Amino acid sequence: MGIDQLLSEARELSTPKLRDEIVQQLYEQSRKLCEHGIRYTKDKTDIRTEKLDRLLTSPIFGFPIMLVMLAVVFYITIAGANIPSSLLADFFGSLEPYLTAFFHFVHAPNWLHGVLVLGLYRGTTWVISVMLPPMAIFFPTFALLENYGYLPRVAFNMDRIFKMVGAHGKQSLTMAMGFGCNAAAVISTRIIESPRERMLAILTNNFVPCNGRWGTLILLASLFMAANFTGGVQSLVTTAVIIGIVMFGVVVTFFVSWILSKTALKGVPTHYTLELPPYRKPKIFDTVIRSSLTKSWSVLVRAVKVAAPAAVLTWVFANIYIGDTSILMYGVQFLEPFGKLLGLDGYILMAFILGLPANEIVLPILLMGYLSTGSLTEVDSLVDLKKIFLDHGWTWLTALNMMLFSLLHYPCGTTLINIYKETKSKKWTFVAFAIPTVIAIIVPLVITQSAKMLGVI
Amino acid sequence: MGNEYRIALAGNPNTGKTTLFNALTGLRQHTGNWAGKTVTLASGTVAYKDKTFHLIDLPGTYSLFSNSKDEETARNYIVFEQPDVTLVVLDATSLERNFNLALQVLEMAKNVVICINLIDMAEEQGIHINEKLLTRKLGVPVIKVSARNKTGFPLLLDTLDRIVTGKIECHPMTITYSDEIEEQIKKMEPKVKAIIGDRLSSRWVALRLLDGDEALLDELNKYLVREGTS
Amino acid sequence: MDGSKVVKLAEAEKGNVIKITSIQLDGVMRRRLLDLGFVAGADVEVVRKSPLGDPIAYRVSQTTIALRKEESMKIEGELMSNGK
Repeated sequence: MGIDQLLSEARELSTPKLRDEIVQQLYEQSRKLCEHGIRYTKDKTDIRTEKLDRLLTSPIFGFPIMLVMLAVVFYITIAGANIPSSLLADFFGSLEPYLTAFFHFVHAPNWLHGVLVLGLYRGTTWVISVMLPPMAIFFPTFALLENYGYLPRVAFNMDRIFKMVGAHGKQSLTMAMGFGCNAAAVISTRIIESPRERMLAILTNNFVPCNGRWGTLILLASLFMAANFTGGVQSLVTTAVIIGIVMFGVVVTFFVSWILSKTALKGVPTHYTLELPPYRKPKIFDTVIRSSLTKSWSVLVRAVKVAAPAAVLTWVFANIYIGDTSILMYGVQFLEPFGKLLGLDGYILMAFILGLPANEIVLPILLMGYLSTGSLTEVDSLVDLKKIFLDHGWTWLTALNMMLFSLLHYPCGTTLINIYKETKSKKWTFVAFAIPTVIAIIVPLVITQSAKMLGVI
Repeated sequence: MGNEYRIALAGNPNTGKTTLFNALTGLRQHTGNWAGKTVTLASGTVAYKDKTFHLIDLPGTYSLFSNSKDEETARNYIVFEQPDVTLVVLDATSLERNFNLALQVLEMAKNVVICINLIDMAEEQGIHINEKLLTRKLGVPVIKVSARNKTGFPLLLDTLDRIVTGKIECHPMTITYSDEIEEQIKKMEPKVKAIIGDRLSSRWVALRLLDGDEALLDELNKYLVREGTS
Repeated sequence: MDGSKVVKLAEAEKGNVIKITSIQLDGVMRRRLLDLGFVAGADVEVVRKSPLGDPIAYRVSQTTIALRKEESMKIEGELMSNGK
């Protein structure tokens, strides 16, 4: 006799109330164990948690505090990353002449210098200097909030809004994870128990900008939106722009969730339980060290692994000529008309396409594309950087469109792989690719065409 | 390799299970796919005396009745991968709910250590836990620790050491159900034993079958095929 | 005190303590609630409402769990104390 037959036999014996009785009995035992084994000498309530919850989930202060927390985390990240980022860029930039000199010294061929220094070295060091500082600040700051127990309160406060669009309050937790890395956030949707709401969380997670896109967003915001300000005010304005972009992403998340739960993912919102654990002071030092060492490091390693080949490939594309046009330029020229329609250009679209493996490398690829045709050979400062953009006909509208495209476009390769692993469905993986792509095309298109009609630009 | 042991960490969410895992393993961690499955579990090592303990951080769950993917992952690991010891991490400030999971583990595994974490918080709140009495009642070692302050670790590691070397024998308590359920178990258990032998707890499997656990059925079949051929 | 007054969890006031008598839910949600300690005979205290009124947080088996109205409407119990 096989196990299968045993199961049907067991079914006949069993009653529907069995599970209830089992769990009741387990809890009965638990209570008895507690009665015998535990002595309470004080009032049982945790006063600190009670007081904090009264404030953090209050009808008046709950939402404002949430916004302020978000703003503070972003501001610390943006303001704090500024100086180390430019220091790192300077450092790597100052090493480059020595590398070049070395290549000359050993009489290395020009193409080797091109591939290794102008491609590989510039690409990867760019990723490190733009990404590492915000990551090293964001991950620990976020981990502190997480370990303190604040995030479940966000899910508690926000649930009603998520319910209105047919989603789950815990989606706010997976979205928060998305600020770090969408690929990891897709896996974290396992905390949402009902399959329908979990699918919503997976399909929309990409509308939260991950760390790989922060570099792009922060840089463009500070170059084009906050350019007329200096010092602390500039960071504030940049933060405000970033928050605006993030909020737009949240609105798109709600909109897409709402549409999906009215159409492809129709169904009643189900299975909602959320634990509100007591607040617990994290070990600050341990948390900071662990999250910056392990998390930042592993994300960085992954980014560099992807950036290195992509940087080499871009350099090769930009320097192999068919006739008098490089392969890269063929692509750029092909994409140019469509790019212009969206208020972008062929280079930008090319960079996003080549940047599919990881969002971190989009901006470096773009710069390499621009530099391969322009006269500038080295980026010494942010002023130079802006000049490159301006030389290629950029305006604030181009910057805004690129930021929106970056926010809304298809998930990176790693995220898509994880979506496939989690959903086990090619169809849904494709949907996860298609929805953002369509939105990322429509939004800049509408903005650009309206701006043209209104004569703003 | 004779001195390497696998210790699985199970527990409710928010019990500081991962904090304990981190505190014990330091930075000697990696995430790896386990047994060819798609599920990724973090594991890390602790050296103690002449032994190496491989700690596996199972997903935090409220129960092990396979209501969700995480619960299935944790349950399957404890039952089918048969770690040398299953360490159940409990939150000292909410033991009533936490014991629920611990009791479920006691039903499915023999070598179990109950680790009551957050003992510092509990003492602050005037909660005093008599671990000796609990050890007697549960039939497995109960140890109080604070992962945050790294207290109680020597005793915990020593206990693990003595279980894997057979110096401590675990006799997990049996939870008795209503007469009706016990009657049903009595009918099923011998038949279950005939198929699976002594490798798994036949009482537990009988109970799961009575509960109509189909997800377990697939795993059981896979397990039997695997064990049968090896 | 009148111990026989039966109320739904969703309709209880903050501070009320209710001893669960019945759960009219099935499937995974019922099993999930059981796992969290919402079993017949358990005492549940209403802790707080979220800023928009729903979900509501309850204290059960020494932990705080938030439920939506849809579920808490289907859990009934005897009102044991109104928290005064």
